[in-house]
Amino acid sequence: MSEIETFYDVMRRQGITRRSFMKYCSLTASALGLGPAFVPQIAHAMETKPRTPVIWVHGLECTCCSESFIRSAHPLAKDVVLSMISLDYDDTLMAAAGHAAEAAMMDTIEKYKGQYILAVEGNPPLNEDGMFCISGGKPFVEKLKMAAKDAKAVISWGACASYGCVQAAKPNPTQATPVHKVITDKPIIKVPGCPPIAEVMTGVITYMLTFDRMPELDRQGRPAMFYGQRIHDKCYRRAHFDAGQFVEEWDDEGARKGYCLYKMGCKGPTTYNACSTVRWNEGVSFPIQSGHGCIGCSEDGFWDQGTFYDRVTSLAQFGVEGNADSVGMAAAGVVGTGIAAHAAVSALKSAQAKAQSKPSTEEV
Amino acid sequence: MKVDVYEEKEDVRSKLDFYSTSPLTGDATDQDRATVTRRTSVYVYEAPVRLWHWINAAAIMVLCVTGYFIGSPPPSIDVAEAANQFTFGYIRFAHFAAAMVMTIGFFGRIYWAFVGNHHARQMFMLPVWDKKWWAEVVQEMKWYAFLEKRPKKYVGHNPLAQIAMFFFMTVGLSFMILTGFALYSEGVGRGSLVDMLFGPLLDFVGGSQMMHTLHHLGMWAIVIFMMIHIYAAIREDIMSRQSMVSTMISGTRTFKDDDPE
Repeated sequence: MSEIETFYDVMRRQGITRRSFMKYCSLTASALGLGPAFVPQIAHAMETKPRTPVIWVHGLECTCCSESFIRSAHPLAKDVVLSMISLDYDDTLMAAAGHAAEAAMMDTIEKYKGQYILAVEGNPPLNEDGMFCISGGKPFVEKLKMAAKDAKAVISWGACASYGCVQAAKPNPTQATPVHKVITDKPIIKVPGCPPIAEVMTGVITYMLTFDRMPELDRQGRPAMFYGQRIHDKCYRRAHFDAGQFVEEWDDEGARKGYCLYKMGCKGPTTYNACSTVRWNEGVSFPIQSGHGCIGCSEDGFWDQGTFYDRVTSLAQFGVEGNADSVGMAAAGVVGTGIAAHAAVSALKSAQAKAQSKPSTEEV
Repeated sequence: MKVDVYEEKEDVRSKLDFYSTSPLTGDATDQDRATVTRRTSVYVYEAPVRLWHWINAAAIMVLCVTGYFIGSPPPSIDVAEAANQFTFGYIRFAHFAAAMVMTIGFFGRIYWAFVGNHHARQMFMLPVWDKKWWAEVVQEMKWYAFLEKRPKKYVGHNPLAQIAMFFFMTVGLSFMILTGFALYSEGVGRGSLVDMLFGPLLDFVGGSQMMHTLHHLGMWAIVIFMMIHIYAAIREDIMSRQSMVSTMISGTRTFKDDDPE
């Protein structure tokens, strides 16, 4: 493998003018919320730093993260980001296959020990010694551990790697396990979502390359700049929420007027992501803008939080139709009936006691 | 036995002078006067405890109603532009304001447990090491199961009430305050004081949605407590040997008889 070029070299080699390059730097700065002062820093970093080698492995997943990533609409991202990082191994995207592909991975691990970033899409199933996901003839969990051993940092792409997603939904027969529970000795960035927003993915990588460190993470290990606020906090329909104007049915007048989807089960108030600011598909739209509530795909265990169409989570342990309200009302009903019955018996008993007692005997 | 005394008319007459000097007027009969002199009463709940009780009750009423509406909003209101209408916002504001009142009240109540009288502490711990207390628990359960003819007299809460107060108020309110502030921290925002104090609870229970569910179930537990509490207070007021409802207002517990047991 030849010496890795700098990002700038790669860009120029691909016919990108310096002017476009500077434009890219300023757009990246604004995407990261950094302001114009950081543009020269980004440009400098890209001119001088060799590209960071990245190994991108795929466990139990649907490849929606990759699909999202390659659609990053950020200017130049499609062409450049894949060249910015030196994507040395990605079994889905790389030209090589079979033994050649596996050799490329071993080569990178050997040559850039402790310097490469391991990007994980999907997660390892641990049941039956990991045989539910075989990659390169071996259980994926072994490949993951081997690749993570010498990595500088690990990026957990998507809900699968971050939290487990649908394959880890109850009862989780394959014991699909999020990456941070298998790799415990490396810094891990979670970029949850099903899939994560393309610009969020490229944004995280750009930040790491530019500043040579991890972005600021929140308590759960997600980049705070993208996952610091709820969809709800920046939702353009928030005014209707505060006004108490809700869509009551999918085709009602409120739906046509673009009212708040809270009553249709929108998970925006409980979901941390950048959809309402960054949006999707070159900033065209996001689920709420398209008239459907957020399903909370970037939250832990979002498949186990009941239906997508109820605000009050259904509680499976109380039957299919149960939720906190129905359980509470049923309990209150039982207690209310009990109280009524108890009051009736009390009245009868005391009437009985009064009838039995003679005027001269003790009062009850 | 009340009656026994007055069957002897002479006895009553001999005491008439004494009774007529008693301050009881209106439609009070001599018999009333005689009874009253033998009534016992004791000052149990000091003013801060009573004040807390009613403020807490009012706050909980507001919290339950608005809280239910936050989970299941009322039908859409469409009288003005969204910008000129703040209906749901006011419902949420009422919830948060009542929650703050309840929280501060609860801390005030804890403070009073330290500086107030002996009865102000009863709600905060259960004397589970006390064999006599357990015997009274059984006794009280029998009274509620109609197996006991005559209830015991209690100055403070009876043991069953004490258990209910402990689990639904001391534990229950703490739970609602913790889960409530964890949810509130999401709106206040990351890095805020509320977030630093209560935010980690969100991760602990497995996310915001789960926290909503727990907070919701907590509300229903308190609603159920309220139902039992009000029923028991009224029933005890009628059937037990001491005052209940008026004690919540005046703080004075009066007994209907002077039997030692």
